[in-house]
Amino acid sequence: MGLTSQSTGMGILVNELKIQLTAPDDKVVALAGNPNVGKSTVFNSLTGLNQHTGNWPGKTVSNAQGKYRHKDINFIMVDIPGTYSLMANSVEEQVARDFVCFGQPDTTVVVTDATCLERNLNLVLQTMEITDKVVVCVNLIDEAERKKINIDYNKLSEILGVPVIPTAARKNKGLSELMDAVYNVANGIIATKPIEIAYEDTIEKAINRVQDSLPDKMQNKINSRWVALKLLDGDSTLLESLNKYLGFNLLDDAKLTESLEAAKSYLSQNGIETEQFRDRIVSKLITFAEEICKKTVTFDRKQYNAFDRKIDRFLTSRTFGIPIMLMLLAGIFWLTIVGANIPSEMLSKLLFWVEEQLTGFFLWLNTPEWIHSLLVTGVYRTVAWVVSVMLPPMAIFFPLFTLLEDLGYLPRVAFNLDNFFKKACAHGKQALTMCMVKPIMYFLHIFLHLTIKPVST
Amino acid sequence: MNEKYISLNFLPLGKTAKVKFLTSDGIARRRMLDLGLISDTVVEALQKSPSGDPTAYHIRGAVIALRSEEASKIMVEIN
Repeated sequence: MGLTSQSTGMGILVNELKIQLTAPDDKVVALAGNPNVGKSTVFNSLTGLNQHTGNWPGKTVSNAQGKYRHKDINFIMVDIPGTYSLMANSVEEQVARDFVCFGQPDTTVVVTDATCLERNLNLVLQTMEITDKVVVCVNLIDEAERKKINIDYNKLSEILGVPVIPTAARKNKGLSELMDAVYNVANGIIATKPIEIAYEDTIEKAINRVQDSLPDKMQNKINSRWVALKLLDGDSTLLESLNKYLGFNLLDDAKLTESLEAAKSYLSQNGIETEQFRDRIVSKLITFAEEICKKTVTFDRKQYNAFDRKIDRFLTSRTFGIPIMLMLLAGIFWLTIVGANIPSEMLSKLLFWVEEQLTGFFLWLNTPEWIHSLLVTGVYRTVAWVVSVMLPPMAIFFPLFTLLEDLGYLPRVAFNLDNFFKKACAHGKQALTMCMVKPIMYFLHIFLHLTIKPVST
Repeated sequence: MNEKYISLNFLPLGKTAKVKFLTSDGIARRRMLDLGLISDTVVEALQKSPSGDPTAYHIRGAVIALRSEEASKIMVEIN
């Protein structure tokens, strides 16, 4: 399916919010998190779905859904796009924010990376500003252990006011505890009390002023403090979604617009214009995350990533960076193209042996020649050709590519190539797309070539 | 503009500096803030890409690559 107006822009919002409940007591769980924290691995392990776990940004642009059952309740899990923030700086962030905010999930799980928790807490704090029902999943704890990073999960949970569950989703560790926590929060067995981020006095006064004059009919529908904050921020994308969700135009309310103007002029009298307002909000979130980490995260070895850095220095060095990359990619293509010949040949021998048996079978049945030629030399042989030629290269290329992905080499490729791609007005990230497109073109070429060939022989 | 400050793209490799202010605005500014580049954040220049640009920086526990045009809008003070 191509991109249509339904699959892009505001159309996404409308489509994403339709969640099919099979029973009225089904619970909806939103799965949020920064990119590259193993969010899709958590999703796949819980739902048993095999969503492709990729390493490039924007893989989950729309919301994937899956189901799992825990203690007699069906949970519908929605994998929302990976983002660093919910401030709607990009389409992904807007989709993520709109789902957390208007999708009314019964619980929102924020998956975080144990190896750089501080950076991930920004999203946790922003999510907790929108909704109370949050479970924090600290993933990749195996990686953090390797890097000698210790996290006090109990203390973190105490400070944040929501359950914090350590997991290593790749190794299936901690997932049942995560499901328990989601169950408890979704059913109100655990009452979560997210810590409220207190901004500076001037901003707090402005927030209170706007919050107090929000119309009554939107109470209980949405977190009013957060709406007040966003109105002061002047976030137009939110206002659009908000009006759609509420069914009326919020700014039609004279009392509200009046106090919003008053609050804004109060802010600017105190030296906080719109731009500084955003800066201060973001800065507060970041310093707050920093404070939390100081209390909960300790490093056994100060230079815990010294080894990683050495490898990085080598892989992206001026002398070796490009040659190593070319050798690696050439090696993969060589293995794919040349190495695939051996299994290809074996497979085609096997499949054509089966064809002989089939021909023998048809002769034994005494079927007319046209049926035999249609089914065996036509359909079967074509499929056999395609499978024997296409399957081995794919079975070799994709696992190898996944291996590079898992090793984290692909971001290094992007780093090495960014400058060349920039000259072509593209992005280093697009090197990856090129890598994927090339073999696909190659297979397509073979495919077209072969489907014509058997007909002529 | 203050003489004390340089833009981040001039920070020598291996040196650390403190972020003082951003000169970008709009979405570019918010992206930088989301990366944690707020006032007094310590940044270390790690290494350049083989072609000299972008440069990798150590920012709040993560390694992040910034192009020189992005880094030039981040004013820092060398420690």
